[in-house]
Amino acid sequence: METIVQVRDLQKSYGHVRAVDGVSFDIPVESCFGLLGPNGAGKTTTIEMMEGILTPSGGQVLFRGKPIDRHFKEKVGIQFQSTALPEFITVKETLEMFRAFYPDPRPMDEVIDICSLADIISRDNRKLSGGQRQRLLLALAIVPYPEIVFLDEPTTGLDPQARRNFWKLIERIRLEKTTVVLTTHYMEEAQLLCDRIAIMDHGRILELDTPENLLAKHFEGVVVRVPAGAEGNETMELVTSNLDETMKSLLAEQTNLDGLSIHKPNLEDLFIKLTGSSLRS
Amino acid sequence: MKQFAAMFKARTMEFVRDRGTFFWNLLFPIVLVFGFAFAFSGRGQELFTVGIVTGASETAPDLLHFLEIEQIEFVEYPSVATETVVERLRRHQLDMVLDLEQSEYYVNVESPNGPIIEMVLGATGGVELERREVTGEPIRYVDWLVPGVIGMNMMFSCLFGVGFVIVRYRKNGVLKRLKATPVSALTFVTAQAASRLVIVVATSIFVFAGTDLFLKFMMNGSYLNLLLITTLSILCMISVGLVFASRLRSEELTSGLMNLVTLPMIILSGVFFSLEGSPPVMQRIARAFPLTHFTEASRAIMLDGAGFLEILPNVFFLVVLTVALLLIAALLFKWE
Ligand SMILES: Nc1ncnc2c1ncn2[C@@H]1O[C@H](COP(=O)(O)OP(=O)(O)OP(=O)(O)O)[C@@H](O)[C@H]1O
Ligand SMILES: [Mg+2]
Repeated sequence: METIVQVRDLQKSYGHVRAVDGVSFDIPVESCFGLLGPNGAGKTTTIEMMEGILTPSGGQVLFRGKPIDRHFKEKVGIQFQSTALPEFITVKETLEMFRAFYPDPRPMDEVIDICSLADIISRDNRKLSGGQRQRLLLALAIVPYPEIVFLDEPTTGLDPQARRNFWKLIERIRLEKTTVVLTTHYMEEAQLLCDRIAIMDHGRILELDTPENLLAKHFEGVVVRVPAGAEGNETMELVTSNLDETMKSLLAEQTNLDGLSIHKPNLEDLFIKLTGSSLRS
Repeated sequence: MKQFAAMFKARTMEFVRDRGTFFWNLLFPIVLVFGFAFAFSGRGQELFTVGIVTGASETAPDLLHFLEIEQIEFVEYPSVATETVVERLRRHQLDMVLDLEQSEYYVNVESPNGPIIEMVLGATGGVELERREVTGEPIRYVDWLVPGVIGMNMMFSCLFGVGFVIVRYRKNGVLKRLKATPVSALTFVTAQAASRLVIVVATSIFVFAGTDLFLKFMMNGSYLNLLLITTLSILCMISVGLVFASRLRSEELTSGLMNLVTLPMIILSGVFFSLEGSPPVMQRIARAFPLTHFTEASRAIMLDGAGFLEILPNVFFLVVLTVALLLIAALLFKWE
């Protein structure tokens, strides 16, 4: 499959903090690529180097086989993790301004329609709610008919309903054959939206594959959780491919089974397993 | 061009809609001009003032009595052309001028103090001096002050409106978002500067016209020259703002540094008080400030009727400084 972005041994250091410590991956055209990782893993740093916003300390990013040139910005849509919008102007004026920046912008009506901005169109940017803001920021990202959009934690801080709406939006954009790169802390989101997922921690990529392969590779069977510890306030987690045997041995050890849960493993479990968050609890 | 227009529009709307800043920029200078007009509406000093050109009192022993009168302040102008000193008489800044070398005295027939001090001179033995008459309306303090206040307002509006605002954009991430679009830094900066230029020229004209309506300022020169020097000064001060805006990302540091620059300008550029009597060092420092050149040139135009040639040195200085500052700002500029 054709590759739109190639990342080669990308590095970024701040003093002796190695924010990104040599990551490499390819993003197939028209795919959705997810970057997952705990706070401080290096997701934002990686994605901003791919956007051409940060200069790498080492390695390189290739867009359609070539280093990023000055026309690159006309073909990408970017939504930062945190951005202020120009003040004292309305949503519509903001969109108009950004439309003027690109040689061949998307028509206003289409932007408004895709991002459901009709009812807030004449509202001052400063008076938008968190979800409305995210919709406007995404709208700005899709103004140029981008070949690729970079979304850094687009759904952080949204309520579950707003998050679902946002997923629909991203699916709508993908219908236009736009490649999507996103970072998120929500595993269900990555599992639902992404074709390929990279799990990062400490500036390195720990795993990179499709959600299905990742789960198949790391988990055979199901996850069993039982309360443990003196007051039952800790959790013991078992991954087993033979549930029958596991249950029998638990009973034999006279484990208290109140609060037992059994589920098929999801990315949440994988995330905890890989980034060692379980060790911290 | 489309990009430029879009950003110009957004920035200008931001200014107009930001009511606080909008009214501050318009009302503050107007209030200041009216305030000073009323505070200084009476005559500032009680004493009579006589200017003496060349020579010392020894060369005119018959004037000794006159020169000893305590109610008269005598100001000597040792190396100044008679015409310059007489100009002050025309403006009612002096009540009489004695030219001892030529054995002449000058009075302004339009000044109410003229006949009085002439009588005193006659009574104390100054009869041998030849009498010269001049005419001229008084310069009120407010005529002299209005360029200073408008200049000061221009300075604040340019420095803070360009410098401070861009630093704020950098801090809160607006610049970063713009960096992610095809807009070039040059387009962004020129749009900001152009918007501010239009805003400040418009507010300056508004403040001047609005106060002129009531106070009828003295205007001996051409409005075109006044507009020219105003525009150049605004451009120059915007460039100062841009140098600040090129790198800084802390609003506190920026406002500190800006106060560091604006305060000496207000004091040394003769906004409120003339610097004629101040130490030469201070006057030399003041030559480096754009505000000095604005107050100097605009007062020359309004009060002395200076033409383009007379303000050419100021024009030249402002153009050179603007170009230099713009180059520095362009070299230093970083989105982040
Ligand atoms: N400008 C900077 N100067 C110094 N250190 C930085 C800078 N930017 C990021 N870092 C450090 O680099 C590391 C990676 O940061 P990054 O923002 O990429 O993490 P992240 O995965 O996006 O985290 P989060 O989920 O919290 O957004 C962190 O340890 C952070 O402190
Ligand atoms: Mg981040």
